[in-house]
Amino acid sequence: MKRENVKVCVVRAGGTNCDLETEVAFESLGVKVDLLRTQKLLERGLADYHIVVFPGGFSYGDYVRAGAIWAKLMQSKLLPEISRYVEDGRLLLGICNGFQVLVEMGVLPAFHGLSMYPEAALATNLNARYECRWVYLRVENPKTPFTSLLEEGKVIRIPVGHGEGRFVLPKDREKEYLKKLLRNRQIVLRYAKSDGRPAETIYPFNPNGSVYDIAGICNPQGNVFGLMPHPERAFFWWQLPDWTRMESPPKHGDGWFILESAVSYVCENF
Amino acid sequence: MKPINRLFEKADLPLELYKVKVTEANDEELIEISKELNLELNLNEMKAIQRYFRRLRRDPTDVELQTIGQTWSEHCFHKTFKGTIVAENKTVKSIFRTYIARVTEELNPEWCISVFKDNAGIIEFEEEFAIAVKVETHNHPSAVEPFGGAATGIGGVIRDILGVWAEPIANTDVLCFGPLDTPYDRIPRGIKHPRYLFNGVVAGIASYGNNMGLPTVNGAIYFDEGYIGNVVVYCGCIGILRKEDYIKNTKPGDIVLLVGGETGRDGIHGVTFASAELTEASEETGRAAVQIPNPFEEEKLRRAILRVRDEKLGSGITDLGGGGLSSAVGETAYRSGCGVEIDLDKVPLRDPTLAPWEIWISESQERMLLTIPEDKLERTLEIFEEEEVKATPIGVFTEDKRLKLKFRGHKVAEMDLEFLFSPPERILKAEWKPKRLSEPTFDEPEDLTNELLNLLSSPNISSREPVIRVYDHEVRGATVLKPLNGMSGGPNDAAVLKPLKDSWRGVVISSALNPNYGKIDPYWMAASSIDEAIRNNTCVGGRRIALLDNFTWGNPERPERLGELLRAAEACYDIAKVYGTPFISGKDSLYNESPMGPVTSTLLITAVGVIPDIRKSVSSDLKAVGNPLYVVGETLNELGGSEYYRLKGFLGANVPKVNPKLGRKLVNRIVQAIDLGYVRACHDASEGGLAVALSEMAIGGNLGVEIWLSNVPRRGISRNDLILFSESNSRFIVEVKRKFREEFEKLFDGLPYGEVGLVTRGKTLTIYGLDGKVVVEAEVDALSERWRKGLGD
Repeated sequence: MKRENVKVCVVRAGGTNCDLETEVAFESLGVKVDLLRTQKLLERGLADYHIVVFPGGFSYGDYVRAGAIWAKLMQSKLLPEISRYVEDGRLLLGICNGFQVLVEMGVLPAFHGLSMYPEAALATNLNARYECRWVYLRVENPKTPFTSLLEEGKVIRIPVGHGEGRFVLPKDREKEYLKKLLRNRQIVLRYAKSDGRPAETIYPFNPNGSVYDIAGICNPQGNVFGLMPHPERAFFWWQLPDWTRMESPPKHGDGWFILESAVSYVCENF
Repeated sequence: MKPINRLFEKADLPLELYKVKVTEANDEELIEISKELNLELNLNEMKAIQRYFRRLRRDPTDVELQTIGQTWSEHCFHKTFKGTIVAENKTVKSIFRTYIARVTEELNPEWCISVFKDNAGIIEFEEEFAIAVKVETHNHPSAVEPFGGAATGIGGVIRDILGVWAEPIANTDVLCFGPLDTPYDRIPRGIKHPRYLFNGVVAGIASYGNNMGLPTVNGAIYFDEGYIGNVVVYCGCIGILRKEDYIKNTKPGDIVLLVGGETGRDGIHGVTFASAELTEASEETGRAAVQIPNPFEEEKLRRAILRVRDEKLGSGITDLGGGGLSSAVGETAYRSGCGVEIDLDKVPLRDPTLAPWEIWISESQERMLLTIPEDKLERTLEIFEEEEVKATPIGVFTEDKRLKLKFRGHKVAEMDLEFLFSPPERILKAEWKPKRLSEPTFDEPEDLTNELLNLLSSPNISSREPVIRVYDHEVRGATVLKPLNGMSGGPNDAAVLKPLKDSWRGVVISSALNPNYGKIDPYWMAASSIDEAIRNNTCVGGRRIALLDNFTWGNPERPERLGELLRAAEACYDIAKVYGTPFISGKDSLYNESPMGPVTSTLLITAVGVIPDIRKSVSSDLKAVGNPLYVVGETLNELGGSEYYRLKGFLGANVPKVNPKLGRKLVNRIVQAIDLGYVRACHDASEGGLAVALSEMAIGGNLGVEIWLSNVPRRGISRNDLILFSESNSRFIVEVKRKFREEFEKLFDGLPYGEVGLVTRGKTLTIYGLDGKVVVEAEVDALSERWRKGLGD
């Protein structure tokens, strides 16, 4: 499929606030982007789109629990459609609050397909504070539609900005679920030190205390991806925190690789 | 409120309405009425009201008196800044016009689009777009309820930006607290501990700004004993709009549309509370005056308003802030030369038992007022419905220049707007006497490394990272120069934003305050703050700078406080005029008094510049080994009010002065040097002087430096410690690309500058004293550790 025919949908609910920069990033890749309110998406359905993005923000004020209200709304109104969309191999991306929504919606980690109840959670950061900082991420799985332009073990830099980003699994099943995540190669990005060694939950390398330094996971098929860091904030070179130090800055920030991978994947497979 | 006494008579109607017997009241009774209704009006003002209603041959209702109280409050009308000031040697008609607005009038830059008139100052950004800026204070509410007070401070200033049809793009915050280690037994009843206030205020700002998806990109935190009783919270917001979208054209027949959250009993008398001194009872009396924040509501409200703007449906817009509906409706009608009729029944209420006067003046948050031509109403309501935001027509603008309020079918207020907006002029006395102060005498300490380390970890100098990290400063993906630079988090002098996706042009935001200098001379405090805000902006490449002034002062009815204010205002004119930097907006918060006395007189200067190409912006961290370092500007014996003296327990007398003619030249040359690509790093010397600025550059770059003090351009100063820590204004430290050394020196020919050292590989800061011996030597890691520890966890 030609790039200009790729259709991306960035969804927003009340309280979503990273939709515009996500739209700008995708647009700069030469694809068509619709920015839709939830209600509009419910009317229109997902069938038109190749990539659907739940962006960052504080949907519905993040009252109750981050992402929970939006997730339940989607689940109650659109679950069969989402299920079909995912089975069809189209791409679903959740960034920050969007990741929280996908987990609350049971679309991730989805060990056995969509689940009615969350199998994991993004809990309050270990230091109980909002945390805005650039982190190092180690690429664990480059064989997903979202990471195909990256290599395994590569260290990339993307900022986080969240108060509830600690990836946790149910205590009594933590080992079992972690094994599953590893076996299925569902762990896509881990927080790391600058040289790529694991952060070992040490702050500030692992900014929130996530289990196994998990920063982003996909479903077993790889076409649903959620991550706490914001690729759209590390997309242009001038967004880098230290571009002023560079004699010649890179062409893109590392977030570009993630969004561009997704777009290339659609071009090649649809 | 149930004021049952001889001066109040319940109206013979099935609603909470009182007739107030103003026309027959004597002086004492007039004051009693003002107190009973919490109007905070003085006798002169009450008499003006009496005259008006005697002419009408009737007594006012409580609704009418409350409307006047709100409109004439210090908070809404700025009676002190607009009043007549009688000083020993002169009489000033309006401090505001004489010293602030006059700078702008005389400079008259074509790029100023709207100054002082509207919710925010508006300046040109580029051909099609304009920038809107506003900075507000929220001191009184934050003192009573720090989280809610600070959060609604941010919420309010964001609505100021929406109130000129601009899209908010970033926030700023400047906070002043008492020392965090103040012993609890020093704090009187009714005042909260600085640590409690600090935690609450920071959490409130983070919560609201983060939720709204606005990056908090610039700010300052300042500690001084004088803030123990009066915390100071400044909240700023920057927005962008197409010039053609700035529409304020309300006409008779247009609909008054109230949008956003419901109206409740929170924030009643917020403005009069803000214009009163804090007392032990403020906890009880003030609690209801503090509003409740709900950023989620405001996020939706923003969406809806921007859609209404983009479809050009509105003829006017304003924020509902201080004074609630009363101020917003009255001002909109008055400015548009209309009258207005409001039906208070229509206002959606959180609490159905509200009396009409409460509905009218409640300061419930997340509400705005739109004026919509009748034929655009349907489409407007459709947008608000889609965005799940309440929008309710509550009245209509009329031809007759009168304010009419109805409730349950009964008239509850009717007044001439001309009367309402012509409060009697205030006449106040001002006195200023130079203070008798002297310079301290002490020997030069032997270990200056230790002095530097102590300064780096002192409250006013140490890293703000623990606070900056809880603010999202990256959201919207447009923060080109961040408050913390690089992975090491060195401090930048100003933030740079790239607000338009198709343009390299950037907005540059910086700020400065120097409250300690004001204890010596408020004139030089104001002058220094202007100089510092401008040079912070310059350091990163900002130019064409506009200024905002925010005064926080004590009770202006005390002549010595007003005398200080007058002196600070004089400097605003003198310095800004020479720098060619117009004031475009400002706000004053007076009556900041508590049982601990007045607040430390504080002037915050915010500077907003532009940079034609963000790719040229310069950060403060050292870049490359071998590059020469220059000090631009003169170092004088000016340690009065310095952090070095404070550390030693002195105030001193030699406050830093400003030579704006020289300063302007230096600023222009720095900008030129940046544009020509000579500059790799630039940082201003301020609190802690050259030594602290150099340390920060080394920490940011994680590189070493060698410095020779003998090469620092200086006058009348010959002690190593004084050169290191003097806080003289208009000074920059510049890392110059080695190959441009000659060009750089040529550019500064005839101006004070000196090549003082170079960037080294060694990761050590080494400073050679006047006699060539090492006076400071420290590992950059050690400097960094002390600098980062200052604020605690």
